[in-house]
Amino acid sequence: MKTMNNAVIETRPQFVLERSDFNRLIEILHEKGYQVLGPRLRDGAIVYDELESGGDLPAGWTDEQDGGTYRLKKRNDEAIFGYAVGPHSWKKFLHPPQVRLWKARRKDLKIEVAQEEQPVSKKAFIGVRSCELHAIAIQDRVFLQGPYQDPFYKLRRQNAFIVAVNCGQAGGTCFCVSMRTGPKVTDGFDLSLTEVLEDVRHYFVVESGTELGAEVLAALPHNAANEKEKTSAEEVVKNTAAHMGRAMDITDIKGLLYRNYEHPRWENVAARCLTCGNCTMVCPTCFCMTVEDTTDLEGEHAERWQKWDSCFTTDFSYIHGGSVRSTAKARYRQWMTHKLATWIDQFGISGCVGCGRCITWCPVGIDLTEETAAIRGSEAPGRKEDPHGNGNT
Amino acid sequence: MARRGKPKLAVWKFASCDGCQLTLLDCEDELLALAGELEIANFPEASRAVVKGPYDLSLVEGSVTTPHDAERIHQVRRASKFLVTIGACATSGGIQALRNFRDVKEFISIVYATPSYIETLRTSTPIADHVPVDFELRGCPINKQQLVEVISAFLNGRKPNTPRHSVCLECKQREQVCVMVARGIPCLGPVTQAGCGALCPGYNRGCYGCYGPMETPNTRSLSGWWGRLGVKEQELVRAFRSFNAAAEPFRRESELHER
Repeated sequence: MKTMNNAVIETRPQFVLERSDFNRLIEILHEKGYQVLGPRLRDGAIVYDELESGGDLPAGWTDEQDGGTYRLKKRNDEAIFGYAVGPHSWKKFLHPPQVRLWKARRKDLKIEVAQEEQPVSKKAFIGVRSCELHAIAIQDRVFLQGPYQDPFYKLRRQNAFIVAVNCGQAGGTCFCVSMRTGPKVTDGFDLSLTEVLEDVRHYFVVESGTELGAEVLAALPHNAANEKEKTSAEEVVKNTAAHMGRAMDITDIKGLLYRNYEHPRWENVAARCLTCGNCTMVCPTCFCMTVEDTTDLEGEHAERWQKWDSCFTTDFSYIHGGSVRSTAKARYRQWMTHKLATWIDQFGISGCVGCGRCITWCPVGIDLTEETAAIRGSEAPGRKEDPHGNGNT
Repeated sequence: MARRGKPKLAVWKFASCDGCQLTLLDCEDELLALAGELEIANFPEASRAVVKGPYDLSLVEGSVTTPHDAERIHQVRRASKFLVTIGACATSGGIQALRNFRDVKEFISIVYATPSYIETLRTSTPIADHVPVDFELRGCPINKQQLVEVISAFLNGRKPNTPRHSVCLECKQREQVCVMVARGIPCLGPVTQAGCGALCPGYNRGCYGCYGPMETPNTRSLSGWWGRLGVKEQELVRAFRSFNAAAEPFRRESELHER
């Protein structure tokens, strides 16, 4: 299993893969028995789905993103990774929206429970961004590093081959630089690519992060990268880092939110929030789920399903007699405070990777960078030293 | 589960198009199992043979629009142990609740040659306005799987899994691309209750709100955003005033945009 450890920064040998040889990568992964998943155009967006061949990649397409809007645009080059992140994240493959956990059958007077067999399918992810690698690492903490492991998640995770990509373009709602999660891929991949487009040449600077990655690279036509090629790749990442669509000041973010539970801004955002739950669905780190039991009409067969849940539903906080978070204010505050502050207490890390999906895919464009800035901006000087941290003035 | 005799099922029709009760006949794969577990005692659309009440489970379709129906629903309630209303008409008044916004007498005088033959109420109202209802199944029409789920839950003595959250959660779980964000198509999904499987967005259309308001609908905020997408006030009135026009949050929102 790959881990995300920023403390170890090694210089890996870099190679060059020409664009004309790139499609071979998908073929090799198919030959090795992987289902290859990656970006492709569908329904007006670049989504993650199965790739039959390199021809399925969104060559020459990009996206324009802002709060509540996403539009596909033609590029004036043939870049295949020339877009930011879209509506899907890799979560849908590693932590699928619906999973049957077990089924049971009544037999005579007994109940027979059949454990669900999880099919071991090898999946290769093409085009995983740095923020997404950090998101996967966060879900690893949730599902694998706590007192209980999710065996199904573990299996899916172990069977994933990750081809990471250094972003060549920042999206309108991206803020990975603020969250220190990108755009440079550092760890947690089998292969990493930087797409370089020059006047007449289109190539990738490639690094392998695992033995398996090196094995796949060895099967591809490649050369050692020269200094010029390495510099070009570095420039790509630097340029992306310099063009983030959003920024978030995370200085003492935990303290800031803990001090401001009763800030009037929560009422303001609640007036806009639809409590529809879209932000939690598109978030690559949101992991909440519910368990649903079903029966058939005869009462002979029962199933237990695990499904994505959202803290924006009233059922989510329903305990005997009612929902604890009955207002939109309570639910939005819970979500944002968990993501940016209490997550740190819970998992030792922020729950936000700065991918910007919650901003783009919020139907009314609510922007958590704007919400945190509004709360921060209104804090009177000296209030930060409030020793009780209860936010009351 | 050892059941003492089969529970008796009755299906009742009030002002409606029959689409929801037809959903029961549409349960082709489950129909035999249904007939095995329930005695279909009173379902005129399926059989002329009517068994006398009381009934263990009554499915009520349609809204109350006439003085006669306002009486009849009490008889149905008295004859039913467990009463489930099905569809937008029964749960919110249906499309015919458009009359609630106008003068019904005026309609009658325009439409009918002899208006005096027509005996109708000023408003179309949901069943729950007249008698206590044990469970409401939303939709125009209702979803077949949800109907089977409700009956299955009734038979097995459990709570049905019919969440009241937005259509968006279903839409995202089906990995669909948001039509409003990616295409600027006005969609009622964020304020509408799930249950249809986010059918329309799956075909690149905005949600029409067939399942009525979700649990905590913020119609005000959504209308504001629709305005930014170029939707005019009159169009907002029409969007909220369809199959669930009389559902309180939709009624209030449509009235805000009138004139």
